[in-house]
Amino acid sequence: MMKRLLALGTAAALALGLAVPAAASQLDDILEKKKITIAVPQDFAPFGSVGPDLQPEGYDIDVAKLIAENMGVEVELVPVSSANRIPYLQTGKVDLVISSMGATPERAKAIWFTAAYAPFFSAAYGADDLAVSSVADLAGKSVGVTRGSVEDIEISRLVSEDADVKRYEDNGTTIAAYLSGQVDVLVTGNVVAAKIAKDMPDAQVSRKFVLRNSPCFIGLKKGDVDLLQWLNVFIMQKKINGELDALAVKWFGETLPDLPTL
Amino acid sequence: MELNFDDVTRYGALLIEGSIFTVVVCVAAGLVGLCLAILFAEGQRRAARALRILIRAYVEFIRNTPFIVQLFFIFFGLPSAGVKIDANTAAFLALTLNVSAYFTEIVRGALETTPKGQYEAGAALGLRPRQVFFHVVLRPALAKVWPALVSQFTLVFLGSAAMSQISAEDLTFAGQFIQSRTFRAFEVYIVVTLIYAGLALAIRSLLLLSGGRLFPWLRGAR
Repeated sequence: MMKRLLALGTAAALALGLAVPAAASQLDDILEKKKITIAVPQDFAPFGSVGPDLQPEGYDIDVAKLIAENMGVEVELVPVSSANRIPYLQTGKVDLVISSMGATPERAKAIWFTAAYAPFFSAAYGADDLAVSSVADLAGKSVGVTRGSVEDIEISRLVSEDADVKRYEDNGTTIAAYLSGQVDVLVTGNVVAAKIAKDMPDAQVSRKFVLRNSPCFIGLKKGDVDLLQWLNVFIMQKKINGELDALAVKWFGETLPDLPTL
Repeated sequence: MELNFDDVTRYGALLIEGSIFTVVVCVAAGLVGLCLAILFAEGQRRAARALRILIRAYVEFIRNTPFIVQLFFIFFGLPSAGVKIDANTAAFLALTLNVSAYFTEIVRGALETTPKGQYEAGAALGLRPRQVFFHVVLRPALAKVWPALVSQFTLVFLGSAAMSQISAEDLTFAGQFIQSRTFRAFEVYIVVTLIYAGLALAIRSLLLLSGGRLFPWLRGAR
């Protein structure tokens, strides 16, 4: 019985595979229809959220628009959550997912990833003139971090006894401690740092070194090398000509760190 | 559910350090607070009018605001005014100011109920005013309110847990730290609760006992 079912399944899969037209790629489809559908986050500023004019805004939205512009097609933005973004892609409801998504071996079983296009990292921040460029330089400095956060675990593992790590209850308290000068260095995620830079333009929150990097990648349906290749060239060129840097400064308040390629 | 205390005992040193810090900072705050309270209580009865109003304002202000807000004000607020105080000092300062306001009220009540005759009796013995105050008035007054002072101190001791919020590494901080590393919230807080209960009971009994030593004439009465 099991064998028969398996055989049937294999036959069906083969038949389906043969049914796909060999010539037209997904990229050609998009160019022909003059429209690309892109999944974006709706509740994760500054990557993607709903602006005061009720339109989606954020880094991911700007990247999506930039892709459409460079392809010379229209863009349709589809708001997704982190739970449904991969199913949306697999069922063909969207062509791409640009939704602050990290690449993992587990996810790579289901979809393809491009080169990294967005920064997502934990870093040490301090005043502009603070001479710190590595964990070793933290000796003799007081370092503020939110207790139990990814950053706390990471900095506690790396730091020597000489640094004075102060742990606070939540992000708000940690930020207050940094802004009031109670700690010299703030260790936090770049998204949090971006928010401080935006809300408190006078505060000096300059990146000293990156602690842990887990950047974001564009997701696409498995199978179309043409589209993947186009996207990778797009990301590479936008990194070289500084357009991605400009978007990073606009939304995260700082330039891009080194982003990995595939 | 299964309890596992291995992770908690692994961090035992942290709990001990935290306990010691909690006790030391509270006892120091209590002692300084009591001295200030005596000064303020007597000041409120004798000092110049402006000073009396100032003391009254301080007592009412502290007694009508939450401790954690006072703590945050000192730690996060004062730096904006150019006064930067580290977490441990800020915790000590906040506890001292807090406990001394409550102590002031208690001591003032005790002093006010001291009969006038007691001052006169002291003076009649040929004692100088300062001697009258310390030996004839203050000591019996403190004896009368000693249990109230001990109760108030216990409250402040337990409330001192708030100082973990400004990263002062007290017993609560140790508990929260271990919890964030081991995720054994239930076990951690069982242990922390027991330590607090043990310390509070021990301090309370010790203080009540020492009350008997400080004011020996009370021992027969109770």
